[in-house]
Amino acid sequence: MLQASQTAPFVEFDRVQKSYDGQTLVVKDLNLSIPRGEFLTMLGPSGSGKTTTLMMLAGFETATHGEIRLGGRNINDVPPHKRGIGMVFQNYALFPHMSVAENLAFPLEVRKMDKAERDAKVRRALDMVQMGQFANRRPAQLSGGQQQRIALARALVFEPELVLMDEPLGALDKQLREHMQFEIKHLHDRLGITVVYVTHDQTEALTMSDRVAVFNDGIVQQLAPPDELYEAPVNSFVAQFIGENNTLEGIVTALDREKCVVRLDSGDEIDAKPVNVSRVGDRTRVSIRPERVEFNKARLRPDAHTLRARVEEFIYMGDMFRTRLSVAGNDEFVIKSRNAPDQVRLQPGQEIEIGWLPEDCRALDAA
Amino acid sequence: MADATISGGMPAGREARPVASGPVLAADGTPLKASLARSLRRQKARALLLIAPLLLFILATFVLPIGDMLFRSVENRIVGDTLPRTVAALREDTAPVPGEPAFVALYEDLVVAEEYKRHTQLGTRLNYEWGGASSLFRGTGRAVARFGTDVYTDQFQDADPAFEDGAQWAAWMADEAVRAALPETADAYDAWAQFTTEVGNDDPAEEEPGDMVYAALHRDLSAGAQPPGLPAVDVTGFETVSIKELLIEEDDAWGEPEIWNVLRLYAPAYTPGYYLNAVDLQKDLDGVSVRPENDRIYVTLFVRTMIMSLVITGTCILLGYPIAYLLASLPMRTANLLMILVLLPFWTSLLVRTSAWKVLLQQQGVINDILVWAGVVSDANRLVMINNQTGTIIAMTHILLPFMILPLYSVMKGIPPSFVRAAKSLGANDWTAFWRVYFPQSVPGIGAGSILVFILSIGYYITPELVGGTKGVFISNRIAYHISTSLNWGLAAALGTILLAVVLLLYWVYDRLVGIDNVKLGG
Repeated sequence: MLQASQTAPFVEFDRVQKSYDGQTLVVKDLNLSIPRGEFLTMLGPSGSGKTTTLMMLAGFETATHGEIRLGGRNINDVPPHKRGIGMVFQNYALFPHMSVAENLAFPLEVRKMDKAERDAKVRRALDMVQMGQFANRRPAQLSGGQQQRIALARALVFEPELVLMDEPLGALDKQLREHMQFEIKHLHDRLGITVVYVTHDQTEALTMSDRVAVFNDGIVQQLAPPDELYEAPVNSFVAQFIGENNTLEGIVTALDREKCVVRLDSGDEIDAKPVNVSRVGDRTRVSIRPERVEFNKARLRPDAHTLRARVEEFIYMGDMFRTRLSVAGNDEFVIKSRNAPDQVRLQPGQEIEIGWLPEDCRALDAA
Repeated sequence: MADATISGGMPAGREARPVASGPVLAADGTPLKASLARSLRRQKARALLLIAPLLLFILATFVLPIGDMLFRSVENRIVGDTLPRTVAALREDTAPVPGEPAFVALYEDLVVAEEYKRHTQLGTRLNYEWGGASSLFRGTGRAVARFGTDVYTDQFQDADPAFEDGAQWAAWMADEAVRAALPETADAYDAWAQFTTEVGNDDPAEEEPGDMVYAALHRDLSAGAQPPGLPAVDVTGFETVSIKELLIEEDDAWGEPEIWNVLRLYAPAYTPGYYLNAVDLQKDLDGVSVRPENDRIYVTLFVRTMIMSLVITGTCILLGYPIAYLLASLPMRTANLLMILVLLPFWTSLLVRTSAWKVLLQQQGVINDILVWAGVVSDANRLVMINNQTGTIIAMTHILLPFMILPLYSVMKGIPPSFVRAAKSLGANDWTAFWRVYFPQSVPGIGAGSILVFILSIGYYITPELVGGTKGVFISNRIAYHISTSLNWGLAAALGTILLAVVLLLYWVYDRLVGIDNVKLGG
C-alpha cells in the first residue's frame, strides 16, 4: 500500500461543496485525494455528508462547487454511465426480473461485448465470489449474504478500477457481516482495485480500510489509517465516535510540548498529552481509552498522577471484564481489563486508585 | 403433508428438514392437525361472523341476480306453459302445417290463454323469433271466443236439454267412468272449470260449459265413445266445422309453415335460441344458420366493444404511464398535490364530465372553434369528434384514466430508485436503464391497470350512450335497450352472459400470458 500511496492521486475531490436547498451545505469544502489501489472508508453518523460525497463521485448528485477528478480528468459533467465506476448499493439493487447470470451480464451487454466473452466473464466473476452454481437463480431465491456476493460480483464483472460501496453490509446479521468484511477485503487485495466504502459502523471501518475519513457535519474530521485514528484522534468528535472512550473535563494548568497538566472540575490534577490545547487556562476535554486505564499501582510510573475511583458495576464479558467506575464526578467511566489468570475482579463499592501513561490521555478540544 | 416440507426454492447449502414418517402427534396423543383445527375453530367462526353481513349482501345483490340472469338466458317455459296441448300435438304431427288435432289443441290452448290474458305475452315472446307472432296471437286470441264452434253447443242442447245444465255436467264430470270414456271432453271441461273459477269467480256447476267442451264431446262421441249415464245422442248427423279452417280463415299465417316451425323450435322449456340470436345465428328445422345480412348486429357490436375497449386501454396506458412515473418520482408533497388532480374526476359526476365532452367536441364546440380560429381547419370542414367512435374513445379514456394511473403509481412507488442508479452505474444510458430495468418492474402495474380499465370499459354504458352516436355504442347499450325498451330480457341475459364469459376468458388468457401473481394494486 505504501507504494500505491506514492503514485499520483486517482480520485480527487478539490474544494467540493454540496447544497440541496441553497441554504445549508451538506458537504463543506471537501478536499480528499485517494491513491490508486487504496481502500478508503468514509465513516460518520447519518447526515454527515458521506453518502452525498459517494453519490457525487458516482455521478448521481452534482457538486454545487468544486471539482471531482478521476485519474486526473474532471468528471463533473460526465454522466454516471460513462464514468465506469462499479457500485454496490445498500439493498444490493439486484434486478429482480433477471437471473443472477443476466444481472451479471447486464454491464457487459450494454458495453456490447459478444456473447462468448460475456459468458466467460460472468462465470469467472461468479466463481470469484463462490456463487458459480447459482447462475440461473432469481435474486429473490437467494439469502441476504448470497445476494450481497452477487451484487459485489456484478460491480466487479466489468473490471472497473474504482468500486464504490454504500453500506453494503448493513442488512446482514453480525456473523455474516464480519465474514463478508474479510471477503471484500481479500477481493480488494487480490484485484488491486480502488475502493471507496461508506459505512456508519466504526468496527467495519477499522477492520477493512487502509485509511478512514471520519465525516461529521459535512467536514472530514480526520483522515488517517485505522490505528492512528483509534490511538491518536485529533478532536473529541473522532475520539467519541471511534471506539469506546472515557472523557473528563477540566482546565489546562501547565503546558509544554510533550505533556500538560489538567485540573479537573472536581479539583484533581491529571497528566495528559496536549493535542488540541494551545495555552494554559484553556478548557479541555481529556480522552482515555478504557483498556489503557491502570488500577494496579505497581504498573504505574511512581510520579504519575492518580485519581480515586469507586467501583459502580462489574460486567463479565468472557474475554474481558468491563468495570464501571465513578471518577471525579463522572460515573460513566469505564475500564476494560483482559480476562487473565492473575486479573483482579473488582467488587462494586470498592475504592481504588487509577492512573495511566500521560501519552494515553489526550487533551482535546472542549467541544 | 409430508411432501410439503421440502420446497424447491430453498437455497442450496441449507439442509432440507428431515421428514417425519407418521402423522405428528400433539402432547395429548391426538393428531397435531386435529388439535390445530380445534384451536383455530373459534378464530374461524369469528372471521366468518365478521364477513357475514357482506357475504349476505353480495349473495343477495350479486350472486343471485347473476344466477337469475344466467337462467333467464336459456329459460323458455312460456310456450310449453301457455300452449301445452299444442306442444303435445306437434310432437305427434311433423307435417309442415299440422292436421286438425294440432289446430284443435291450439284452439283450446288459446281459449284458456285468452281467459288468462296470456296469449299476448306469448305473442311478444315469439315475436323475437318470428316477426308477426305478436299480432297473430293478439288477433287470434280475440277471435277464438266467438268461433263457429257453437254449432256443436246448439246441436247437443237441441238433442237433449240435459246438456244445458251446469250441475248435470258437473255430476258427469265427477264420474270416473264418464271421464274415462270421454278423455277429451274431461280435459276441456277441467280447463273450462278452472278458468271459470279462477278468472270469472263463478261456480262451474251453475254455468253452462263453454263451446270448446261441446266440441270436445262431439269429437269423443264421433270416435265411438259410449259414456254411461249420458243421454244417447247420435252425432253422425251433426253439422260439423273444421277448427283448422276456422283458424286459417281468421289468419292466413296459421296455414303457413313458419309459425308452426317457430312453435316446434321453441316448445322445449330450455332453449339456446337467445344465445344463437346474440351471435347473429338462428335456429331452423335443419339446425343452425346465419341470420339474414340486415339482421346481424350483435357480432359487430361485440367486436366493436372489444376493439374499442382495447384502444381505450391502450390510450390509458400511453397517457397514464408518464403521469404515474412523474408522480412516483416527485417528492411526497408535490406528488400528493398532483394526486388530488388525478382523483379530481372521481369527485365530479360522470354525467357532468360526459356532457362537458359534448360541449368540447361537438362541431360547433370549443375545440372546433379554436381550430377554425387558428386556421388549422376551415369552417366548412369542422372535425366530427362526437357521436362516433372518436367521441367514445376520448370521453372514456378521460373517465377511466385514474383507474390506470392509480395501480401504476402504487407499483412504481415500490420500485426503489437504486435500481435505475445501479443500471446507470453499470454503464446503461438513460433509455437502456429505463427499458431494461425500470419498465419490466412496472409491468405488473400496467397489467393491473389494463385489467381494471378493460373490464370497466367493456361493460360501459352511459358514456357511449351519450357521446357514441350510432357508430360508437357498445354491446352494453344494446343490453340496456333489451332490458328497458324491447323487454326481451332473455336476449339481454344471453348478451350479458356472453360478455361475462368473454371477460372471464380474457382474464384466463391474461393469467396464462402475464400471470395474475404479477398483478399488483399496491407496492
